[in-house]
Amino acid sequence: MPLPTLPDSAVALGAEAGDWRAAVRLAGRALNRSGATTASYADRMIQVIEEFGAYVVIAPGLALAHARPGPDVRHDGIAVVTLATPVAFGHPHNDPVRVVLGLAVSSAEEHVASVAFLANVFNDPSAIDRLADAGSADEVRAVLGVDAEVRA
Amino acid sequence: MRIIAVCGAGIGTSAILKVNAERALARLGLEADVTASDLAGVASASADAQIVLTSTELAAAVRAALGRTFCEIVEVRNYFDVEEIAAHLERSLG
Repeated sequence: MPLPTLPDSAVALGAEAGDWRAAVRLAGRALNRSGATTASYADRMIQVIEEFGAYVVIAPGLALAHARPGPDVRHDGIAVVTLATPVAFGHPHNDPVRVVLGLAVSSAEEHVASVAFLANVFNDPSAIDRLADAGSADEVRAVLGVDAEVRA
Repeated sequence: MRIIAVCGAGIGTSAILKVNAERALARLGLEADVTASDLAGVASASADAQIVLTSTELAAAVRAALGRTFCEIVEVRNYFDVEEIAAHLERSLG
């Protein structure tokens, strides 16, 4: 998979979420809006955290919400949700979460390359703050180094 | 040498851990094969591995899945902190 795109529909900035489930659901809604997944994918992302715990909070303030490939994934995609009020996911070190990245992949084998770009972005420790403080989808795309749509 | 990066679903987080573990190894000048795995597959994936990298949150489940093992289970807090991962690996391999 090439670098994922991030259309405006997959971005929600300064959103309100009462708890971690609501925060993950916002990421699911954004993936659904962009066409990457159907609505049920949000439930599966929540199930992953219910089953395995808050390990998806992979860095201070950042949750990578995701589930396995499935019929509810239409195509690979990412979504970005920033929270107006940080939310606790129950992680011992990395709470509270300010940014939820939603990730949907259609094939487990092919996703490593697309995820590698996230490693590049977040190896810079300031990236999470810059995302949390982004005021527009354009600013989010600039931090992640992605486009709104596939370049011609 | 083999290192396994584990997460619950076997996608996403374990792939990030794999990429950054490879960066940490390069920084240390060490060579190892790093494989991503989900929790269900970790026992067979780690049969010939020296180190299993995972999140603090998953460490107990990984220990339970592996049972008696020669693998060292290393808990990573920040998956994007190559320095943290390098420090763990240097301690385990040094």
